[in-house]
Amino acid sequence: MAFQSTMEVVNGVANITLKGELDASVAGIFKETIEQAAAQNAQRLVLNMHELEFLASAGLRVLIFAKQKMGSGVPIYVIGSQGPVLSTLEMSGFHQSVYIQDSYQEG
Amino acid sequence: MTQPTPLSAEPAGGLDRRIDFYPTHTLAGFRVRPGKSFPFGATLVPGGVNFSVFSSHAVSCTLVLFEKGEREPLVEIPFPDSFRIGHVWSMIVFDLDCERIEYGFRMDGPFDPAAGHRFDRSKILLDPYAKAIGGRDVWGAAPDWDEPFPHRGRLVFEDFDWEDDRPLEIPMEELVIYEAHVRSFTRHPSSGSKYPGTYAAIREKIPYLKELGINCLELMPVFEFDEFENSRTNGETGQTLYNYWGYSTVGFFAPKAGFAATGRFGMQVDEFKTMVKELHKNGIEVILDVVFNHTAEGNEHGPTISFRGIDNRTYYMLTPQGYYFNFSGCGNTLNCNNPIVRNIVLDCLRYWAAEYHIDGFRFDLAAILGRDPWGAPLPNPPLLETLAFDPVLGKCKLIAEAWDAGGLYQVGSFPAYGRWAEWNGKFRDDVRRFLRSDAGMVGAIAQRLQGSPDLYGWNGRGPTASINFITCHDGFTLYDLFAYDGKHNEANGEGNRDGESENRSWNCGWEGETADPGVNALRRRLIKNALTLLLVSHGVPMILMGDEIGRSQGGNNNAYCHDSELNWLDWGLVEKHGELFRFARQLIALRRNHPVLRLNRHICDGYHEPGPHADISWHGVTPWQADWSEGSRVIAFMLCGQHSGADQQWEDCIYVALNAYWEPLTFGLPLPPGDRRWHVAVNTGMTAPEDSFAPGEEPVLADQHSFQLASRACAVLIGR
Repeated sequence: MAFQSTMEVVNGVANITLKGELDASVAGIFKETIEQAAAQNAQRLVLNMHELEFLASAGLRVLIFAKQKMGSGVPIYVIGSQGPVLSTLEMSGFHQSVYIQDSYQEG
Repeated sequence: MTQPTPLSAEPAGGLDRRIDFYPTHTLAGFRVRPGKSFPFGATLVPGGVNFSVFSSHAVSCTLVLFEKGEREPLVEIPFPDSFRIGHVWSMIVFDLDCERIEYGFRMDGPFDPAAGHRFDRSKILLDPYAKAIGGRDVWGAAPDWDEPFPHRGRLVFEDFDWEDDRPLEIPMEELVIYEAHVRSFTRHPSSGSKYPGTYAAIREKIPYLKELGINCLELMPVFEFDEFENSRTNGETGQTLYNYWGYSTVGFFAPKAGFAATGRFGMQVDEFKTMVKELHKNGIEVILDVVFNHTAEGNEHGPTISFRGIDNRTYYMLTPQGYYFNFSGCGNTLNCNNPIVRNIVLDCLRYWAAEYHIDGFRFDLAAILGRDPWGAPLPNPPLLETLAFDPVLGKCKLIAEAWDAGGLYQVGSFPAYGRWAEWNGKFRDDVRRFLRSDAGMVGAIAQRLQGSPDLYGWNGRGPTASINFITCHDGFTLYDLFAYDGKHNEANGEGNRDGESENRSWNCGWEGETADPGVNALRRRLIKNALTLLLVSHGVPMILMGDEIGRSQGGNNNAYCHDSELNWLDWGLVEKHGELFRFARQLIALRRNHPVLRLNRHICDGYHEPGPHADISWHGVTPWQADWSEGSRVIAFMLCGQHSGADQQWEDCIYVALNAYWEPLTFGLPLPPGDRRWHVAVNTGMTAPEDSFAPGEEPVLADQHSFQLASRACAVLIGR
């Protein structure tokens, strides 16, 4: 599946849905989405990854960027990650910097 | 008044518009411009990558770029002459996909070994400053031996989120070091690790390390190395033999990708940093075992990977005939006191300290770092001095293995500049001999217990100059020290000729494993004695991975080549030898609870307030009468007094009795000061759970005047 990134901001919560394969060739799209969320002063970032099939290091870099761009006061929720995507988050240790959940529940 | 122009909200975008980041040339279809000489290596700059490489003898240089994993280059871009300043070629290449690029260099120059030159334009060379290296991404995956560029420089991002982490700066005297191999620590199936053998798996074992009580993890080499270097097969068993330990560096700036669960994704840098961050969060420092004495290129028959092809005569110590001096025992010797090489060592350590938050370094065969370019020991080695006074390394631990394979032995005399500590080989040897009940060891043991003032006091170095150890990766494990009289290195395929022959070990009456309960009980007791001596001695204790749970290497004292259970830590031992684990844990807790065991000045220095007893007093079976004679195998000492720590004054009182004699003895006890009474913290003559007690739970000694101690046993009493 081709990569897709969509976002809506409701009551300060930026809901970003990621689909397909997030690799170096499309990481820039995701980065732009994060920048839009920051521009709208989102106070929470919810990344829906149910349909994300692959997360390359470039994608992880954007997550790191998101963490730093949004600031430590903005929690990041990674929702529905599974399989190799979840493994990548765990192996790199990024799962300790975000809330990994099956469905969005405010932490 | 003119208002200042506000800074751009997007500094990178602002820089992009700067004229010094605009391409000025087009070469091989790529937009480029002359680069920055410093820093060396590949550095991300706005819009591109700055490549910079040094060679004082090459006549030309070409940048070779690859798509990640591709066999043939994407492009080769010769550095124009105008892009060279001095001996440095530099170029910014724009529009590169940093995630997908690998790079190397071709160097042209003379092939004249007698003159020290071994240029070979057919080789693609690894950047000595490569921050990540591809090609050995997955541990043990057999390489393509025909690969023209087997070790590939990769670009890294320095965007890791450290949060508020920084090096812990635990005072030396507070450290309890645990020496471990990244892969061995969790590779055994019993580890239960999700990603066994990796940096990620170390994170999973942090609770174990905390329970044990250590506060410093010293990792055997993690700089990129090639486990297949000179790989061979054991002729008897057919078993593949590796360069498993990794004391043979390919790239000094790159973490070993094969130790990363994410190595195949090229994310070893992030994984490593996460490991450091998590260890720090749990109060555990990270020291790296670094190998600057030689490289993986070996002697004149070795592969051309990097330095040999970039500037052989600069990087290596060469004989007048152009062969390699071999003070490392590994074929070549890095020319560490050449100013160029000094800088790469310095740059490397600064990078790991600053970028990876590493707390300290242990230098393999560090005596080599004090040799001049022709191999002679320097009285004032500039590299060692530079490292000692470097601002970035200002709080890092610097620990020398103060000898080399060329016969230079500097334990006690390593040029320290007030900073360097040493692996104290004398501590290892003397303690082993004392525990073996050798005659004539009492005087030496007294020195080791005090932090070896005989070695370090003469020039004002305190006990923290001494890294005390009885075992390390090199040699027997603690279990094997009391299970084998001789080495059993047959599995190494060298006819048992390799490895140290003088181990100062004792098999307790049976060579190897036995079901004899008496022998096993004696071995357990001796292990406990060793741990006690280690943890009550002044100086910095270091425990070898698994010694706290009786890990054995089957008598192999040189297991460098085995990716097998010979090296892997069997976590089943935690239960099997739970008695030892509990004992080690309580001893570490004892040390933590008694500042008098962790002094940063030799106790004879007299900085204490006057008290009823001397800071240290020596005893034998009769109190106040130590037996220093040749035949004596008994010594006891009492630490007492009011001591000034960094931020407080405290009183402490400990009595330690060591009986290396083969008969039980009754020790008359000195009186503790004031109305204190002796309590038993440790008694290795007893079986668990009476062998040791948690702080605060030590039972009072019924007879305050004498103490029965079993044969080959030791005891620690605390006065409170």
